[in-house]
Amino acid sequence: MKKVFYVLWAVAFLFGAFGVYQKLAYGDLFVNFGSRVVWGLWVAMYIYFIGLSAGAFLLSSLVYVFKMKIFEKLGKLALITALITLICALLSIWFDLGHQWRFFEVFTTPNLPSSMMAWMIWLYTAYFLLLLGETLLAFRIDSGKLTGAKLVRKQRTLQILASVGIPLAIAFHGGVGALFGVVASNPIWHSALTPIYFLVGAILSGCALLTMIFVFLWKDKTSEDYRQISFLLGRIVLVTLLFDLLLEWSELSISMWLGSSTHTLGFKEMLYGHYWYVFWIIHILLGVIVPVVIFLVKSRKPYWVGLASLLVVFTFLGVRLNIVIPGLVTPKIAGMASAFFSKRLLYSYTPSSQEWLVGLFIVALGIALFYIGDKYLKLTNPHN
Amino acid sequence: MENKKKNKEENRRKFLKSTGTLALGGLALSAFISESLVAKPKSAPGKVMEFTSVEDLLSGPYESAKLRMQDEVRRSLKKPIEKRKWGMAIDIRKCIGCNACTVACIAENVLPPGVVYRPVIKKEVGSYPNVSLINLPRPCMQCEDPPCVPVCPVGATFIRKDGIIEINYDHCIGCRYCLTACPYGARVFDFGEYYTDNTPQVMAYESRPSFEYGKKWPRKKGDSPIGNARKCTFCEHRLADGLLPQCVTTCIGGANYFGDLNEPDHLINKVINRDNVTILKEEEGTSPKVFYLR
Repeated sequence: MKKVFYVLWAVAFLFGAFGVYQKLAYGDLFVNFGSRVVWGLWVAMYIYFIGLSAGAFLLSSLVYVFKMKIFEKLGKLALITALITLICALLSIWFDLGHQWRFFEVFTTPNLPSSMMAWMIWLYTAYFLLLLGETLLAFRIDSGKLTGAKLVRKQRTLQILASVGIPLAIAFHGGVGALFGVVASNPIWHSALTPIYFLVGAILSGCALLTMIFVFLWKDKTSEDYRQISFLLGRIVLVTLLFDLLLEWSELSISMWLGSSTHTLGFKEMLYGHYWYVFWIIHILLGVIVPVVIFLVKSRKPYWVGLASLLVVFTFLGVRLNIVIPGLVTPKIAGMASAFFSKRLLYSYTPSSQEWLVGLFIVALGIALFYIGDKYLKLTNPHN
Repeated sequence: MENKKKNKEENRRKFLKSTGTLALGGLALSAFISESLVAKPKSAPGKVMEFTSVEDLLSGPYESAKLRMQDEVRRSLKKPIEKRKWGMAIDIRKCIGCNACTVACIAENVLPPGVVYRPVIKKEVGSYPNVSLINLPRPCMQCEDPPCVPVCPVGATFIRKDGIIEINYDHCIGCRYCLTACPYGARVFDFGEYYTDNTPQVMAYESRPSFEYGKKWPRKKGDSPIGNARKCTFCEHRLADGLLPQCVTTCIGGANYFGDLNEPDHLINKVINRDNVTILKEEEGTSPKVFYLR
């Protein structure tokens, strides 16, 4: 089993590395996004991973801020997961840039306060630093080398850091949503619900990821704690999933009930367009109905809870794609689609093989980082 | 009886005489008016020109409206840059949808595949058999309140003092946020492609430099403007030399007007200060500096 995993991973990594080489050597020649559908798989992956990170981080605050004893063992696992998914997110968006080596300009000459993207970058940089500091501190405290007053002081610092992290995580991921929300020319992004929808989605997908990792990778599967934690995590995921669905319903129904055609074209494309199955089959069926049923019927069976969470995590990329793509496939002026012909001016999009390969590379890298982290930091097998 | 006849005769004569004088006076007056209105340099001295076309009305003392506008551009260039405000008007009644402007723009700015600054949107209105075709050239609107500028994370795009929205190619990181923000789809991304890709040789004419923003931009792999957001610049490199934007120069129907919106006497202001003027997507609140006449 392990061997199969290693082989699969190596294949994914090597193929992925080829895609990365193509991007670095040839720029954007092999991508399928264009000047109309300007953002594609990589941007969807970015908001997907960064949501996972924010969600995992917010779950860690149950341990480090609210001191919930039951989740104590999950604290470091949640922090490392947040860190790795953040790295994956930053890589995804870095590959998306037309001039990758100019990324530092977002730090040297940020367009503040007007650019929501600049805000988001500065906020996630602050979040990255805080997350790094918090993780190091959490491991130092658990190393057993600190005692007495020093230990208490460090624990206090950790709690403060984690507390600051909550508004920061909300701000930076809300900022990711606001980046889309403030685009007034795009009716399906331009909604006050967008940042909230991003945040709830982040909590949902991040908690589901941790539940999945906990259920399947936790070493001690026989303890009562294991069953209890997986039940509680499953409950958190279920409640967030239902709330997320409510927000989605609110957004879609309010926009579409009597909405003018130009304002609802994107949503119509999402529901009945070329990629209707991403919404109905991947998201609604596999990402909502099946997990909800499992959570309701098999909530005490860890493996089922894990499976339902896995479904939520995997299908959530579809949710993220459905934010990015349908907002871009409708012409801003009627007739634009046929005004000038070029494959870069099409109002349709399917990721190219290179885009998938780079995506594969990022996922493979994330898995490798987690594997190494787990091996050396004993994330799923804490000795205490 | 005889007296009556005589009187009648006299009256007629008087009448003819007075009307004759009036008619002659009228002729002289009209000649005077037309002489004062019609441009002098147009014809040989002493020869009275007649109004023959709208073009004559628009050209003022010049041979054509385009030469008038060019002269107006040159006069505006003598002012400090912050006193200029370039604007364009497109008469969609005159546009025949030939795409000459689209192509001339591509040639002028050496635009690669997928990069187009001025597509002509063709829109069919009505239902068969009562249909007509509207041609709508769509350059960058050079908005007074552009949504593309504030979104840029690094401030690589900005409003110049003369109102043109510039992109600093050396600064742009290629995130394409501005492309999503523009309500007109006026911004495009340069993917680094060539029309002669997949042929035995990429032709040299595709690698020659463009002269946007007063700089030479040869097309080289990985170098700007490849990997950048791009858009219509109102041909500011031509303006700097006192030339009209290429689309205005090339338009066979003379459907484009260009000039300084700060100069009330410029032709552009004569044509846009009328009730047949419209702008695209007024509801966006962007205040475009491109106007449409209909």
